[in-house]
Parts: sequence; C-alpha cells; structure tokens
Amino acid sequence: MATTSTADPTRRDMLYIATGAASAVAIGAVAWPFISQMNPDASTLALSSTELDISAIPEGQIVTIKWRGKPVFVRHRTKKEIKEAEDVPLAQLPDPQTDQARVKKPEWLVVVGVCTHLGCIPLGHQGPFDGWFCPCHGSAYDTSGRIRQGPAPRNLEVPDYAFLTDTKIKIG
Amino acid sequence: MLSKTTLGMIAAGFMGAALLGAPAFAEGSGHDQMKPTRLSWSFAGFFGHYDQAQLQRGFKVFREVCANCHAAEKLAFRNLAEPGGPEFSEAQVKALAAQYKVKDGPNDAGDMFERPARPSDTWPSPFANDNAARAANGGGLPPDMSVLAKARSYKRGFPWFVLDALPGIQYQEHGADYIAALLQAYKDEPPHGVKLDAGQYWNDIMPGNRIAMPKPISDGQVDYTDGTPATLENYSKDVSAFLMWLAEPKLDQRKKTGFRVLVFMAILTGLLYATKKRVWANTPH
Amino acid sequence: MSGPSTYVPKSAIGRWFESRLPVMGLVHSSFVAYPTPKNLNYWWTFGAILSFMLVAQIVTGVVLAMHYTPHTTMAFNSVEHIMRDVNWGWMLRYLHANGASMFFLAVYIHIARGLYYGSYKAPREILWILGVIIFLLMMATAFMGYVLPWGQMSFWGATVITNLFSAIPLVGDAITTWLWGGYSVDNPTLNRFFSLHYLLPFMIAAVVGLHVWALHVVGQNNPAGVDIKDVEKDSVPFTPHATLKDATGIAAFVILYAWFVFFIPNFLGDSDNYIMANPLQTPPHIVPEWYFLPFYAILRAIPSKLGGVIFMFGAIVMLVLLPWLDTSKVRSAVYRPVYKILFWVFIACVIGLGYLGSQPPEGGAVLAARILTAYYFAHFLVILPLLGLFETPKPVPASIAESVLKGDTTELGKA
Repeated sequence: MATTSTADPTRRDMLYIATGAASAVAIGAVAWPFISQMNPDASTLALSSTELDISAIPEGQIVTIKWRGKPVFVRHRTKKEIKEAEDVPLAQLPDPQTDQARVKKPEWLVVVGVCTHLGCIPLGHQGPFDGWFCPCHGSAYDTSGRIRQGPAPRNLEVPDYAFLTDTKIKIG
Repeated sequence: MLSKTTLGMIAAGFMGAALLGAPAFAEGSGHDQMKPTRLSWSFAGFFGHYDQAQLQRGFKVFREVCANCHAAEKLAFRNLAEPGGPEFSEAQVKALAAQYKVKDGPNDAGDMFERPARPSDTWPSPFANDNAARAANGGGLPPDMSVLAKARSYKRGFPWFVLDALPGIQYQEHGADYIAALLQAYKDEPPHGVKLDAGQYWNDIMPGNRIAMPKPISDGQVDYTDGTPATLENYSKDVSAFLMWLAEPKLDQRKKTGFRVLVFMAILTGLLYATKKRVWANTPH
Repeated sequence: MSGPSTYVPKSAIGRWFESRLPVMGLVHSSFVAYPTPKNLNYWWTFGAILSFMLVAQIVTGVVLAMHYTPHTTMAFNSVEHIMRDVNWGWMLRYLHANGASMFFLAVYIHIARGLYYGSYKAPREILWILGVIIFLLMMATAFMGYVLPWGQMSFWGATVITNLFSAIPLVGDAITTWLWGGYSVDNPTLNRFFSLHYLLPFMIAAVVGLHVWALHVVGQNNPAGVDIKDVEKDSVPFTPHATLKDATGIAAFVILYAWFVFFIPNFLGDSDNYIMANPLQTPPHIVPEWYFLPFYAILRAIPSKLGGVIFMFGAIVMLVLLPWLDTSKVRSAVYRPVYKILFWVFIACVIGLGYLGSQPPEGGAVLAARILTAYYFAHFLVILPLLGLFETPKPVPASIAESVLKGDTTELGKA
C-alpha cells in the first residue's frame, strides 16, 4: 500500500475534500434533469388553463368541459337553486362551507366534476338534494356541490377560476 | 504529464472520429452548382445566441411570405413568447393566435368546426393535407419548415469536414447558410443551352439546380418596422435565422448550459487528476 | 487474481448480511483490494469509461422512452416533442444520440488498446471473445436505435441492412419477411426494434459482467505484457489507485462528450434524418452512422450481395480468431518493432475504409475500398500469422517492477 506523504496534511485533505465536493455537485447537477423531465412538460402546462364562453348557457343548465384531463361542471343556477344552497344550516353539512364561500357570482357554480370519494363522475340534476348524485357508491351533493350524504368526505372541489368578462370565465 | 506521442494519438483519434463523422449530402450534378458561403450568425460559436430583433423580422417574413405555402406543424404560438426566441409578449402572442383559425371538434352535432387559435395551438397549415398542397403547387410539396434548417446541409470536403468540429471553427450552421444562399441564388434565365421543364426554376444553390419553388421573395416585399433595409439579402438572413430558431429553439439554453458544464468539468478533471497524482505519489509507475 | 475475500464488515448488521449474501466482500475483492498492475497507462481507463457510457445510455434511454412513441405516424413528432416541450428533453436526446457515438469511440479505442498490447493472447481469449460479443450487441443496439426517430436515414438504413438478410440462400426471403413483420420496413418493424433496443442493453450489461469476471480470473494485461509475479512489487490495490485514475479518465472523456452534446450536437449525424421517413423517396446517398462506415465499405467492396454480407461479418470473425492467428510469443507491441508499425498501418486502413464508406461508390473509391478490404483481411490472415515467426522482438522485461524501473513503457500515454 502506498504510504501517504508526510507533507502538510491539511493541503492533502483540502484536495480530497474539494474533489469529493465537486463530484457530489456533479452528481446532483446531473441528477436534476432526469428528475425534472418527469414533471409536466411545456405542452401540458400550456393546457393548464382554459377559457369558456358562458353567454350561451341558459338558466338551470349544467355544462361539462374538460380541464386538465378532468370534467368541470359549470352550472347556471336558478334563483330556487341559489336559495336552497344559501339556506342550508352549516350543522347539517359533513364538510361545512357556506355557499357564498364557493361562488364568485351566485348564478354561476364552477366545480370539478370528480366525486371526492373514489373519483367517479357524479350525475347532474339528480339525487335527493337536486345537485349531483354519484352512482358508484351513492354520494349526494347539493346545488352548491357540497356533500350531503353518502361516503364522500369532502365537497366537490372549486377550482381556481376568474371572470375575464361577464360572459367569459378562465379556469386554472 | 501526457507524452507527445500520446497527445499526438489523442489528436489523431479525435480527427479519426471527426473524419468518420463526415456525413454525405446530396451533390449537385449541374456544372453551375455553387456552394453556400459561411455567413456570420449571432447564434454561431461558443457564446452564440439568437438576436431577438432578427427573429422577429424573420418571423414577419415567414408569416407574410413562406407560410402561404409552407406548414410549420411544430411551431406552437406560445413558443413565440418563450425565452430564447423572438420573445413577443404573452398579449401579443394571444392576439396573433386569434388571427388564425384552427380546426376543432367534433361538436355536439358531430361536425368539425373552426375556431380562433389560442397560444397552446400549433401553426395551422396552409393546406388540408399533402395532396392538397401538391395540387396547389404543380405537383411539388412545399416541405414543412419546423426542422428545415437542420434538414438541409452541404458538403465542405476534406479537411473541412474534420476541422468543422474543432473549437473555434465549430461550424454547425450549414442549414441556415444553405437556406439564405438559396433564396438569393435564383436566376431569371437558365444558362445558355439548358432547358427547364414547366414548373421548374433555375437556382445556383439547389442541388441539381432545378427547383420547383418559384422565387419566393424580392426586395421591398415585406415592410420592416425597425429600420432594417428591406432587401432580399436581409430577408434571406432574417428568415434563415428564424428557421434556425424554429428548428432549434433551445440553442441559447444549450450553449449557456454547455459553457457551465465545460468549465465545471475542466475543474473537476483537474481536481481528480491532482488527487490521483497525490495518491500515486510514492508508487513508481 | 481475485481470491476469496478477506473483507470483514465493521458493523454487526454488516456481518449478519455478509454471511448471507457476501456482496460487500465481492465488491471489496473485485474493486478495492484487487491487485492492479502498477504500470497501466491511461489507455486502461477505457474499460471504466465504457461502463460509464453504458450506464449513461441506459439512464438517458429509459427517460427518453417515457416520452417516445414507437408508431410510424408519431415517432418523428414524439422526438420533436422531446426536443421542444419535455423539461431538459433537448439535452436528454442529444446526450443519448451523441452518447452512442462516444460509446463507439471508446470501444474502438479499447479494442485498439487490446490489439496493441496483445490483450487478446492467452490466457485472455475468452475475455476477448466476450468483448467481441459485447461489440456485436452494441452494433445491433445502435442500428435499431437509429431507426427509432423514423427519419429518412432511419427508414432507408433499416431497409438496406434488413434487405441483406435476403442474400442468405434458400431461407433469406423468409427471414427478411419475418424480421420486417411485413413486406417492407413499416410499423411492425419499428415497434419490435423499439422493444429490442430497450432489451439489448441489459443483455450487454450481463455480458459485461461476464467480461469483468473473466478479466478478474486472469488479471489485467499491462503495457509490458508480462504477468504480475510479486503482488507487492508489481501491483497496487485497485482502490484508490485505479479508481482515481479511472475517474480522471472518465472526467476527461466527459469533456469531449459535453463538447459534442452542447456545441456540435448534430455534427456526427446526417441532416437527412431530420426529414420524416418517406417510403416512396430514397435519399441520394444512404450513409450509416460513422461507427459503421468501415463495415459498410467492406460490404460494398464485394461485388456480390451474399459475398458482401459474408465479408462484412467476416471482418468481425477475424477479431474472434485473432488470439489463434497471431503467432507471436511476445504480447506487447512495445517489444515488437515490426508489429508496432503494422498496427498503425492497420488503424490507417480502418480509417481509410471508414472514409470510403461515407463516399458514393463511384470511380476510384471502388478500387480503393477493395484494396483496403483486402489489406484488412490480409492483416489478420497473412501478416499476423507470419509475423510471429519472422519478427525479432526486443527483450521483454522480467517483471513489471523491472519495466517500471527501466521506464521503457513510458512512451505511450502514462501520467
């Protein structure tokens, strides 16, 4: 085994430390692109938001559009549906949330159409609360998309959205 | 230290590798075949990067002239706003996209329909399909321009096809030079005694000299808003630079990253070499 | 050279594991304590460089496969999607494409080292043949990989090479149809090439394992060509001596690799491969990647189709037969003054064949290719067998230690 020189030990150690540190930096720098390439790519990110013209949706109708691969329900609520939603006492809700906290304009409800139980798509205008009913395991949502009965733990998710104009919303 | 012989062999090996890398290109058989000259591009060389103003002018030429016949399927409108390119603003890109119509559908009635393009859409083709393109262009198919600047090249012969790999010379822009030269190499008349078929034009740079594309652009055809002279020479250079970006949009990032990698690796190699010498210091070898 | 391990783990858990699966002992005896000749020069780092390149190609290949689509209508576009949209996709693609070239550059240098220093001679014949098998697997992998982008060269290169199988008498056409999965290179061909291109590198890794095992049984050759006689005087432990030297070699090689990837990424490629495959239009010149050019030249030099195929494969069979064709009792070219020159003549012949492979087969190039092909085979079948009988070698040192003290192998790339 080659004997180490008796020259200044700190210089030798500095060299070994520097080489080891540079190698570690190299490995880390090389690893990052391999991890990053699995993140959503530019073409996926470009589709991360979508715009919808709501002027053609009559009162009472639910429109389903695709956003980030999932359905989104855009519901033009009637006055009756709005009142029903606002009048529900919070104590009756498994996942308490006021209707006002879930909408920007009361006539428009925008929710992600994925049941919070196990991911099926609930059916609109069905169920005991006139909102949505999930046929897979019987979860029932109201006209604010809140869970009322059944195994789903949370209300239908309200995505990030904004009114660009009175007739156009941007989701995502 | 590495001996002279070793250094000589490494150089020979490098040259051997580069020499073996000589690709073959289409060679013109016409005796009037000219070769493109190597132009100086802002994106060439070790520190090369695209010139944003040139790319914007080149895009204007592409849009107003080339896109009438040529598709560019890989160009997404959003690419025009991304760093390292023409870098239009997001608002400009949104407005530009909306001027174009793309096919979408089927709608609920089962019909395909047209709608204004969004930044996430790709450049719509001028023709519905290749056959339609041929029918409209006398049987010739205008090639898609997405990677055209990398799909064209020319042979330089020995020793250039070896030397072009070396730092300093580093010639990678054959495609852009070819396109720029071709656009300026049209002749109104073929040389004496040569007859062209219908739908053929004479071009000094095109391999074989006969080209199905008529001269696409001349002086003054496109307005430049930044004061650059509206000459054929500038159009050719600007659109070639734009096509180079279209083919290689990550060039800026590639060269920047490459610089950092090379500097770092030089340091790391030096450190490893010094460590090796230290470890071997007392072993005769 | 690698006996039973003397490694005893320091921790109790280490000892518990080691008594059940002695991995650490294996690594220790193979890559830490393993006696390595102390006179190895930097040409010996190419084994480690090749291992690094194999890992690099597998890792970049696996992540590229997450984004690539092996269908004729989508392959080309999926590669462009990688280049434009996938995070760092442009770099991964260029790493993989140029990595193949770097892999072959390293393997050719590695083979040349073996040719020069007589590393193929007894008792390393099996080691050498395993290396030829790895080389063949590399060529198959690279050939199939080049088809995947589905450019003009991808398609037409695949057409030309798969058509060669029809030269086989009687069963040639059936084999070719079976390879294609149809009546020409088309989607079934592309799909199966993708599957096999993913598989073969792991077979390469397995044969590399055998290659290193065979190496460790007989021990490294060295520039003097004499065996280790005294472990203390002639050798050093692999770690840290060879480990660090290999790391330095890999780092220097990566500089060259990075130069190609980041500054001239399309230099070694063909611009025609950026044109989507068109079965109805053949490019004016079909050229394989540079690392196949010498073999391509030999293939075209023989006027008959079957003859060309036989000679092309024969060029590699020559490597397999080499340990028995070379009659010299002396291993290393350092002590073989005539062979030393003929080695470089052989290298020049191969480079010349490579150049001719890139040119259209017209005019003087045809005769030149035939002459160089004849010389290639003469080198193995005529020159080497005879040379060993007539050459007067220089005196070979008695031991590695003696050769180091005399400094007579310092001419070739030691540092």
